[in-house]
Amino acid sequence: MIGDSANFSSAGRTQWGWIAVAVFILLILPAAFDTSTATLLAIWALFALSLGLMWGYAGILSFGHAAYFGLGAYTYAITSMNMGESTAAWILAIILPAFVAALMGSMMFYGRISDVYMGVISLVFSLILAKFMGATAGEAYQIGGTRLGGFNGIPAFPIINLPGDPSVPIFGTAFYYLVIFCLIFCYLISRWILSSAFGRILLGIRENEARIELLGYDAAAYKTGIFSISAAMAGMAGCLYASWAEIVTPALFGLGQSVEVIIWVIAGGLGTLMGPVIGAGLLGSLKLLLGSQTYIDNSLVIGTILVLVVLILPRGLLPTLMGWRRQSEQRSVRRAGNKSMRRRKSSAHSQK
Amino acid sequence: MSEVIVETRDLSIRFGGVLAVNNVNFSLRAREMRCLIGPNGAGKSTFFKCLTVQHKINSSNGYVFIDGHDVTGWQPYEIVQLGVGIKTQVPSVMNGLTVWENLWLSARRIHGKQGASAEVDRVITELGLQSHLRRVVGELAHGQRQIVEIGLVLCQRPKLVLLDEPAAGITGAEADRLVELIKGINHFVRMLGGAVTVLHQGAILVEGEADAVMSNEKVREVYIGNRAK
Repeated sequence: MIGDSANFSSAGRTQWGWIAVAVFILLILPAAFDTSTATLLAIWALFALSLGLMWGYAGILSFGHAAYFGLGAYTYAITSMNMGESTAAWILAIILPAFVAALMGSMMFYGRISDVYMGVISLVFSLILAKFMGATAGEAYQIGGTRLGGFNGIPAFPIINLPGDPSVPIFGTAFYYLVIFCLIFCYLISRWILSSAFGRILLGIRENEARIELLGYDAAAYKTGIFSISAAMAGMAGCLYASWAEIVTPALFGLGQSVEVIIWVIAGGLGTLMGPVIGAGLLGSLKLLLGSQTYIDNSLVIGTILVLVVLILPRGLLPTLMGWRRQSEQRSVRRAGNKSMRRRKSSAHSQK
Repeated sequence: MSEVIVETRDLSIRFGGVLAVNNVNFSLRAREMRCLIGPNGAGKSTFFKCLTVQHKINSSNGYVFIDGHDVTGWQPYEIVQLGVGIKTQVPSVMNGLTVWENLWLSARRIHGKQGASAEVDRVITELGLQSHLRRVVGELAHGQRQIVEIGLVLCQRPKLVLLDEPAAGITGAEADRLVELIKGINHFVRMLGGAVTVLHQGAILVEGEADAVMSNEKVREVYIGNRAK
């Protein structure tokens, strides 16, 4: 009998060697770069990972994934302000987006709407949230003692603290390591999901949803499940972002945020987990670099990069690099085979 | 007499002005093998899609019973969970996954984590797919993909198998092999005299033993035209 994990290669494998290298780089990064920037990039990487998992492996594209990022950020801000500490806020910031996504997902997936409409509904949902949050400047809009603040958002809420101890806030390098821990944790959770039966069925849904139903699986339930998990990760990224920025505004739900994360995933490589993380890291750095100059519009450059990536590297950066590596390995195996064949021939010739 | 496993009552499907399925009352018993034939446009595929609820039916269309359950408003996965294996007209496989992965996904639901791999190995041996094990299904020829889809059905060990044009687009040798496979699905299959149901213009034209049906004048006229006379 053949082991199932060895045979199910389409889900990818945990490359522990590369993970160790990535973790090492992430851990020493604060020594070389500005910690605050590195933290922001890691938060964006987590956000990209959340979309990459759902889109790359279940084939569900949410055009409005910023909705769950923003929900996580706002939930954290409102709860931490009301409670005076971050433990419950942190948990709620993960649970609430997951719950909202489960609700939205079950309506969309059990409603059997097409992928295009699903994309449009998710986009409209995030835009409605952005619009609504922008119109909450009045005194009537407060939850507990926290005013939503309309266009100006919510400032000055407590940042993440040691669980259960609000007197020990986590900031600077400690906060960076916390974000890195969350990123690695979510990556490993994603890997675990993909190696489970649930993850493999998601791959089947991506390939042929009708066939998966004809194998007796409730595809809508699986899609709702991964949508909810993805939203929980996006919510966690939003919560970390809120603690990093110390302010949340309606722009978190905006179209720009949703489009950016899609570009990061495409550029890094759809259908991989590391690709979106790398895409967010590279393009996020570029965005921050471009943000400090006034010669050219930031979105123009990012848009050009998207066009170039789609034309030159349609599979994205990481899958292309992996493909080149595989080709060179195959070439070297062929070359070694040819050499040994020539050697055998020449020895047989000399024996004659 | 064995129990009725599939039954339709007054089943009618209309597409605009065309009556694709016309008041069909059909029944199939357990362990019975039945061929549903008819010329192009007879309504075979629409009828098949009604049985597998790929075409949604409501009470105004009539009734479909599978294993005693009225499946009106059901989803295809619910039908499959009753123990129905379905092979569609155009091979419906997961093209981006390997042969092994396709079969594993089918076996996993029935045989669990422990038994799935063993079941896949059994079916792969039975179908002679050993050399294609790690090949992506999208790279295989049409006939091989048909075989893989039959494998998807076999992995579930269904009590009812519905095959829509299983031999379409495959070579004569592959078709012979396919017939053997279908016969082998249930070792207790009895042919009930080789029963055949002929559909024409959405309605059942004739039902009966294969030889009798093939020599029936109405059937010959439908297939060959007036020359049959």
